[in-house]
Amino acid sequence: MSDEYDNNKSYQAQSSEVMDGSTGSVSPDIDYVRPSEVGEQELYHPHSFIEKWVFCQDAKVIGVQYFLTAVFTGVVGLILSWLMRLQLGFPELAGFMTAEHYYQFVTMHGMIMVVYFLTALFLGGFGNYLIPLMVGARDMVFPYVNMLSFWMFFVAVAVLMASFFVPGGPTGAGWTLYPPQTILEGTPGAGMGILLMLISLSLFVIGFTMGGLNYMITILQARTRGMTLMRMPLTVWGIFTATVLAMLAFPALLVSAIMMTLDKVLQTSFFMPTILKAGEVLEYGGGSPILFQHLFWFFGHPEVYIVALPAFGIVSDLISVHARKNIFGYRMMVWAIVGIGALSFFVWAHHMYVSGMNPWFGFFFATTTLIIAVPTAMKVYNWILTLWRGNIRINVVMLWCLGFIVTFVNGGITGIFLGNVSVDVPLSDTYFVIAHFHMVMGIAPLMVIMGAVYHWFPLVAGKMLDEGLGKWHFWITFLGAYSIYFPMHYLGFIGVPRRYFEMYDSPYMTSAVGMNEFISIAAFIVGAAQFILIFNIIKTLKTGKKAEQNPWKANSLEWYTSTVPPEHGNFGDRLPVVHRWPYDFSVPGAKEDYIPQTTAPSEVIHTEVEKT
Amino acid sequence: MHAGIIFLLVIIGSILFHIFTPWYWTDIASNWKGMDDTITLTFWVGGGVFVAVCLFMIYCVFRYQHKEGRRAEYKPEDKKLEKILTWATTLGVAALLAPGLIIWNQYVNVPKNAIEVDVMAWQWGWQYRLPGKDGKLGTTQVRNIADNNPFGINPDDPFGKDDIMVESDVINLENNRPVKILLRSVDVLHNWYVPQFRAKMDAVPGTVTFYWFEPNKVGEYEVLCAEYCGVGHYAMRGGVEVQDKADYEAWLGEQETFEQLSARYEKLNVDGNKLAKK
Repeated sequence: MSDEYDNNKSYQAQSSEVMDGSTGSVSPDIDYVRPSEVGEQELYHPHSFIEKWVFCQDAKVIGVQYFLTAVFTGVVGLILSWLMRLQLGFPELAGFMTAEHYYQFVTMHGMIMVVYFLTALFLGGFGNYLIPLMVGARDMVFPYVNMLSFWMFFVAVAVLMASFFVPGGPTGAGWTLYPPQTILEGTPGAGMGILLMLISLSLFVIGFTMGGLNYMITILQARTRGMTLMRMPLTVWGIFTATVLAMLAFPALLVSAIMMTLDKVLQTSFFMPTILKAGEVLEYGGGSPILFQHLFWFFGHPEVYIVALPAFGIVSDLISVHARKNIFGYRMMVWAIVGIGALSFFVWAHHMYVSGMNPWFGFFFATTTLIIAVPTAMKVYNWILTLWRGNIRINVVMLWCLGFIVTFVNGGITGIFLGNVSVDVPLSDTYFVIAHFHMVMGIAPLMVIMGAVYHWFPLVAGKMLDEGLGKWHFWITFLGAYSIYFPMHYLGFIGVPRRYFEMYDSPYMTSAVGMNEFISIAAFIVGAAQFILIFNIIKTLKTGKKAEQNPWKANSLEWYTSTVPPEHGNFGDRLPVVHRWPYDFSVPGAKEDYIPQTTAPSEVIHTEVEKT
Repeated sequence: MHAGIIFLLVIIGSILFHIFTPWYWTDIASNWKGMDDTITLTFWVGGGVFVAVCLFMIYCVFRYQHKEGRRAEYKPEDKKLEKILTWATTLGVAALLAPGLIIWNQYVNVPKNAIEVDVMAWQWGWQYRLPGKDGKLGTTQVRNIADNNPFGINPDDPFGKDDIMVESDVINLENNRPVKILLRSVDVLHNWYVPQFRAKMDAVPGTVTFYWFEPNKVGEYEVLCAEYCGVGHYAMRGGVEVQDKADYEAWLGEQETFEQLSARYEKLNVDGNKLAKK
């Protein structure tokens, strides 16, 4: 076939290609890919068990280490949520629990799930594993710093967990850690607990910065030949943009953690005004509690998208592969990710409409917040338009994707309630908020994580997870989680405030007792269902079916490694050369219903591929 | 069972739940009906989008289920469709934002005839102060707070002398008269919230925040703290009694002013000294 297209021009590319050693064969000019400008990265191969599995510099192992550590924290967070739901649904069975315990569990559950579970899982876990594979690199650009990043995270988790065992217990200040109460008597864990939390967060930010530098620079500088930015899988776009957000947002958290530590230890007054406690005026004065809230949410809102954008990216790829159809409107999807990322820095004070900040801010932040709904809605349309006229495999991976669409749209819509400043007034600080953010940044990203686990497990472990168990896992989780959070919105309409240890006897709140019991039971079941996955993984590792290479017939580079699971260096002797985007599914004229990114145009000459 | 059927049942269930839910708003008792109306509007628009997106997804799941040999459509982009969807979404969002901003404008502009109420919060309780005959509240400072000055009124401020002290967690309000709630806290964040009035705002130590509403139903209401303030947060309750003008004024007449309170303490002091001398 290539003979027809052989002409003199095609030899122009030859000399440079020989130079970097990638190919010696003659290729026609439609296959021309610019040569690489730098030599290949030298890898440090492990020499001992410890270097291979503990202090390892291979991004894939670091990714798995991040993943497992994050899952461990997630299980702790899950158990804490069970204890909270026991208190809320069946207080008579939770006699051992004091208000102090309850608030400590609330706080640790929130902080663990947002920072140590979701952020670490998406960026540290999926980011490390997938970025080098998907952009066609042998490893991250700074493998040693990458290793340090994980161990910093590990120490941060250890410090966080240690706070359960210090006198006074962990902090019970709420995950938002609003001063002044956070560091004053009257809040549980206002001594050692809060200090360990602040130290742990600081370590997390330092560790994350090491990893984040790697993700960004690897994506910008270490892509293989032909992998232009607009040929990257959306997973990489999502993780990349989220990393940029994190690099800009986490410093605000670090700064506020340092200032609060100083307020606590050295009695400075960054966030502390004159305070009267138990009849005595404390040695503080002149600080601003609202300043902390601005700093916190300047981090906290981008943080929502740090979790959401990788989920957006990953789910786009999963939907496309399993619907056997190109992602609809790829360029729009990329610009939506970047646009949402940029806008996310201009909306933070929508968490503060009733905080006592100057109320005129409300106009600005309501407008920016609702503007962000437009690119987000476009992404939703493009996901369902990808399904439209597809050839959809209804397997476990696709089920998680569909579950994501339902929960994300539901949570997104309730976001429009809360973002619209005057609608937020009656709903803020009620159970409506709890239901909203669990739906949109708890359950929806979790659906993506689960889909991604079922999708990439064959690559990571070389074995196929059990579909039957997977379906049980999905349906219990999806139906259960939906029946936890959908009715919970209505508690907010009644006016039930969040962070209440007990509801007492307000007439409109006693009407919620039945619902609280129902929600608690659902929460116990959903939590327990997650152990199906753990069982599935153990069973599969022991007796599971061996996965063939590229079992889903996907196009992106991670499925075209030299071995499965990929070894250190990923691609054997020769790095892949990329000729197209990863979404050439069901191309008219092609023999198979997918064309890998590495396929040269001359190999599929009779197809009607759009130029990407 | 086909996955699409279960998803369809979830959507139908959600709609039915919304229609038949016994859990919904507490009856409104203030002027902020506009907030409820905007919520209802958002429900219609947002709920419509939610149902439409999900139904379309379910349709695709039924219609385009995998068949060996069939090919999906290959069409990377549709500029026209994307443009239409972008503009339709923008319009929908603007239609929701507009009423939201209009009501917010009312929320931040307090009517001139509103009566000011100083709501003072601490861990864990409330007390209230109303202006006296001069119609103005005296200025305060945390450092001034003492047994004989529970609100920390500046003793030199002439406006403070006739301020009415309500050293109780229940405050009475006059029906159909706008109230400007001035919030302050002496220790940590709090939030004075009555679900039936819809409105709320944090009390922040070191500053005075405000919001307003007009109660329009005579009755007793429970005040909840709506900003986490430590272990006693859930128990930090108070009360509001909305009364007709006549009842309200009768109640007002029974309250003590700052001057009276100071005099009472002075007398106590004097009596105490006399006792000590004896």
